[in-house]
Amino acid sequence: MEKVKLTIDDKQIEVEKGTTIYKAAKQLGIDIPVLCYMNLDDLGIENKPGGCRICVVEVEGRKNLAPSCSTEATEGMVIHTHTMRVINARRTVLEFILSDHPKDCLTCAKSGNCELQDLAIKLGIREIPGQEYAEMSEYKVDFSPSLIRDLDKCIMCRRCEMMCNEFQTVGAISAFNRGFKAAVGPAFEMDIEHSPCTYCGQCVAVCPTGALTEKDHTRDVINALADPSKTVVVQTAPAIRAALGEEFGLEPGTRVTGEMVSALRRLGFDYVFDTDFAADLTIMEEGTELLDRLTKHLNGDKDVKLPILTSCCPAWVSFFEHNFPEMKDIPSSARSPQQMFGSIAKTYFADKIEVKREDLVVVSIMPCLAKKYEAQRDEFKVDGNPDVDFSISTRELAHLIKEANLDLKTLPKEEFDNPLGESTGAGVIFGATGGVIEAATRTAYELHTGKKIENIDFKQLRGLEGIRKATVDFDGTPINIGIAHGLGNARKLLEDIEAGKSEFHAIEIMACPGGCIGGGGQPSHHGDSSILKARMKAIYEEDADKTIRKSHENPYIIKLYEEFLGKPMSEKAHHLLHTCYFDKRSKVEIS
Amino acid sequence: MTKYKMYLLVCGGTGCRASASDSIVENLKQELENKGLSDEVQVIMTGCFGFCEKGPIVKVSPDNTFYTEVKPEDCAEIVEEHIIKGRKVERLLYEDPEKKEHISDSKHMDFYKKQIRIALRNCGFIDPENLDEYIARDGYEALGKCLTEMTPADVINEIKESGLRGRGGGGFPTGLKWEIASKNDADQKYVVCNADEGDPGAFMDRSILEGDPHAVLEAMAICGYSMGATKGLIYIRAEYPLAIKRLKIAIDQAREYGLLGKNIFGSDFEFDVELRYGAGAFVCGEETALIHSMEGLRGEPTIKPPYPAEKGYLGKPTNVNNVETFANVSVIINKGANWFNKIGTEKSKGTKVFALAGKINNVGLIEVPMGTTLREVIFEIGGGIKDGKKFKAVQTGGPSGGCLTERHLDTPIDFDNLLAAGSMMGSGGMIVLDEDNCMVATAKFYLDFTVDESCGKCAPCRIGNKRLYELLDRITKGKGTMEDLQRLRNMSQVIKDTSLCGLGQTSPNPVLSTLDNFWDEYVAHVKEHKCPAGQCKDLMKYVIIEENCVGCTACARVCPVGAISGEKKQPHYIDPSICIKCGACIERCKFDAIIVK
Amino acid sequence: MAKIKTLADLKKMREDLQSKVDLREKADSPESYVQIKVGMATSGIASGAKEVMDFLIEALEKRNIEAVISQTGDMGYCFAEPTIEVQKPGEEPIVFGYVDIKKADEIIEKYIKRGELVDGIIPQNYQVIDDKDNKKA
Repeated sequence: MEKVKLTIDDKQIEVEKGTTIYKAAKQLGIDIPVLCYMNLDDLGIENKPGGCRICVVEVEGRKNLAPSCSTEATEGMVIHTHTMRVINARRTVLEFILSDHPKDCLTCAKSGNCELQDLAIKLGIREIPGQEYAEMSEYKVDFSPSLIRDLDKCIMCRRCEMMCNEFQTVGAISAFNRGFKAAVGPAFEMDIEHSPCTYCGQCVAVCPTGALTEKDHTRDVINALADPSKTVVVQTAPAIRAALGEEFGLEPGTRVTGEMVSALRRLGFDYVFDTDFAADLTIMEEGTELLDRLTKHLNGDKDVKLPILTSCCPAWVSFFEHNFPEMKDIPSSARSPQQMFGSIAKTYFADKIEVKREDLVVVSIMPCLAKKYEAQRDEFKVDGNPDVDFSISTRELAHLIKEANLDLKTLPKEEFDNPLGESTGAGVIFGATGGVIEAATRTAYELHTGKKIENIDFKQLRGLEGIRKATVDFDGTPINIGIAHGLGNARKLLEDIEAGKSEFHAIEIMACPGGCIGGGGQPSHHGDSSILKARMKAIYEEDADKTIRKSHENPYIIKLYEEFLGKPMSEKAHHLLHTCYFDKRSKVEIS
Repeated sequence: MTKYKMYLLVCGGTGCRASASDSIVENLKQELENKGLSDEVQVIMTGCFGFCEKGPIVKVSPDNTFYTEVKPEDCAEIVEEHIIKGRKVERLLYEDPEKKEHISDSKHMDFYKKQIRIALRNCGFIDPENLDEYIARDGYEALGKCLTEMTPADVINEIKESGLRGRGGGGFPTGLKWEIASKNDADQKYVVCNADEGDPGAFMDRSILEGDPHAVLEAMAICGYSMGATKGLIYIRAEYPLAIKRLKIAIDQAREYGLLGKNIFGSDFEFDVELRYGAGAFVCGEETALIHSMEGLRGEPTIKPPYPAEKGYLGKPTNVNNVETFANVSVIINKGANWFNKIGTEKSKGTKVFALAGKINNVGLIEVPMGTTLREVIFEIGGGIKDGKKFKAVQTGGPSGGCLTERHLDTPIDFDNLLAAGSMMGSGGMIVLDEDNCMVATAKFYLDFTVDESCGKCAPCRIGNKRLYELLDRITKGKGTMEDLQRLRNMSQVIKDTSLCGLGQTSPNPVLSTLDNFWDEYVAHVKEHKCPAGQCKDLMKYVIIEENCVGCTACARVCPVGAISGEKKQPHYIDPSICIKCGACIERCKFDAIIVK
Repeated sequence: MAKIKTLADLKKMREDLQSKVDLREKADSPESYVQIKVGMATSGIASGAKEVMDFLIEALEKRNIEAVISQTGDMGYCFAEPTIEVQKPGEEPIVFGYVDIKKADEIIEKYIKRGELVDGIIPQNYQVIDDKDNKKA
């Protein structure tokens, strides 16, 4: 690899050709302040439009200042990163940005966690000259089921646009208007609800300011908890336990399952259950469905639809409803674990504790923003009463716990309640990309071959590459499995299916990078993908520590079928645990 | 072919057409037919003659009579008197303002004497909708010479030798640009002609495209040959429908004749041209924004490097040149680099087309050799300041340029001299300002434009320019402070230093150059709340002169806000706190009793 | 229209089309051609100046003499109409009177081609706006 030598702040360094000044400086330990720049190396995402001009540096021989995030280091370059000229420029530019930004930090959802706020502190901004008469660009605030868009706070960093268009290939938002009134949003400035947005929340995950935030449901949860007439039940997704600790200062990847249960109990939830239980349930249903289709296919049935696609990710469901509606009958008809849980909780469990449906409130803790949208989908309601009343994110839960003055770190480890709290290792790994299909494989293998698996860890299904392929040997029958995370990768696999070129029998798709652990509702990783890796490690460790690691061996699952559902894909199971999909291709109406 | 004895050349540029020059063509043709002269006299609609102040222009050839301010009703007289009876229509001849004489041949007019028309050689001469006329004037010979006698390297050398520099504003050596593009290999390369011409008041490129479209097509093909490109794209602003129409006709005709397409002149070379329309964005004149606009993306500039020569349209090597740059190419090939580089100054060869506008007598389009002084342009060619007012400044380079003053008048115009003087050549806009122009208001005018046109990608331009504008606005309203003047300077420097593209990097130029050259005016606005030039309305007071006022109450009746009070037959009074300075009262007063001070 | 397949085709086409623009070309820089101005005032027209002009145009083209022929106003010599003014490149202009077709032919053959003065020259005794110096007979 060709190398170039250059000097930064009187220090010499040799880097590979093509390295930017910013990265070269980082190698030398020189930290240049940035704002719009974001690098998610392992996912192949780098956002460097060179728009904020905060990272500018002085380059000898160049007339103006250069943006270090997007200027290539060349042989012999002499760079100064913190001269007075640069500092003056950075401050003045930040003053410009702040002059067009609302000053409501006190009530802003991102206060304390805002990159613009951090930068203002770092550069020591004390006043913004001319603010008294400065015009500000104003927009209507847009409330959708999952996220809130407050474009007054948009600083045009284009991270959300990049995630939505290039990584997720959803294309719901892009820059609109010119000049001072420019911001990023859906076409024709329509509400995001009417756009092809899948609510994957990746835009929220990367937004440096409070322009994109999640819809807050903590108020609703507090109301429910404070209402003595309600029985409030909570379910927690697998990805929460691997990331919640970060909000309390713990190292990324610290497992806080027991403490989390403890905190939830102290918050006042009547029953603390585990979504992982419902994940096991999902495997029962989906695994059976997979085997059903597979057997037909292996017996020569040409009409059966393969590959089967997982359907537990609502952003992914929304994606194919918008983009590939003709293929609505290919994904599994099984509902997501969140929804299966809600459905069972308000029937099986409500009967057990003799509480009326209307008096039972089901809250879910999810790493996801799309779950908020999923919970209010009409098909998941019975006579207007939703199966899942409120879905709150990991971040919102952390707020609640802090509000209740609980220190997560020092809480005792407690166990989930039963009968909806017991889960196997297969349920836990739902949180990572590859986990759902691995869980399904563990069950499907044993059900199909009738044999016990020797090696339960299907390591070939794990990892962070965007698209992964593996073949699992079902006792002589090779089953081809595909895995994609990130909707851009999902699109590629779907296009293959559309063209009839797909080689897979089963495909798992997660909308978020890394799977649910990288969800839009998780603690912000601000572009550090080592955090995603650490969370992933925690998930697989939790699985390895479990005694029961196959869904069909979960005793409470077995009991649920015996007592209530009958068998997988029974009529009752169909009614409560399965669903269908809709053609949601966007039609733009210009009135 | 009919052998015509006489020609009536009617200017068909947009300016004259707005004054019904197409009706003049119709009427002339009709009159000639009525008199049975259609076989002897031909009426041709040509491109722009440049003397827009005196349009519509009709030139009679071969006696070179230059008629000005012609109306459609004059056609009968022209035919009857001049064509048939041989008598010139005196009242339509140009009158020299100083000598008070009629001048019939344009060669003797001060406006034309010092002009050398190279880029505009065919404008006003040929019918731009007729390829035959272009060919009759050596059209496509240069392309033929390149394809049959020269190698691509020869062509590049010739352009390099000529010293031609980009006419769009950048002034980058054209030959060097072609050379860099030729060295980058790819399966497809592109030649792009930048016809976006966004500077307010600039119409050099428009006139060339309307008056001589083939000059650009031929040059693009020559460029394609030299760098290995087979496709040409002309990005033209949608606000130029006539130029678009003429280009379409020209492209169709060239294809028909085999001058565009495959195997041109029997060689292996193929080249074709496509039109792409802009959609009203000044920023799309910046080459990377232009390219992205053509790719169907948002018209925003991206960081250079990589330069378009390396990675341009669709990621392929692309050469982008301005219309006027291209207009010079075939002449250089035909007459040789050494003919061209004898014209101009040491570092700026050839001529430059300028759009002369503002407070000047001869408003229009001129082409002068580099090295002509500003004084010559303004006072000789331009005919001096209108209404005998005093010259104050000349703004060159549009919203990216600066103001040059009295002490710069003897500067020979070229790329480097104008830069050194604190302005720039830009694309050729030249706006003359007189004693009644306020320099603060002028800076504000340009910022208003750039604020509107900023793409919004980078913070310093998107927000910084807006803040500059707000400050200037306050100063013109008497709300500025001395500290604000300091801030103006700092903000301008930072915006220049940090903006992503040329728009932001040059938008503070009008502010900086007026601060430098007209500091006193700024201070007057701030400290005395006065506008010395009398332009900033908010600082002016409308006052009734008691001695002149007869108390007719006419002004009070016409005032829309009821600011004027007074008894009948008594001197009236305007309340400055209510007055909105609309000027209705001044227009109404028959006794010159109201003044603005 | 025929397609242009080679550079030779283009050059031939240009030659054929030259006539379309050459009058305008010459008019722009007439000093290198023979300039003939034919008086076309009322008296001129009445005495047949138009026919003389048509003849001159045709004859000069046939005899391959590069010339710019234009009509002009009253030259003032009403008694000697039709009058024509002939200026050879680099020489003083000379006015001829009583020019009919026969005389015009003579002027072409003798004066224009061979420089021999012909009868009927009218001395000029006034200055035209475009003239720089007095003309003497």
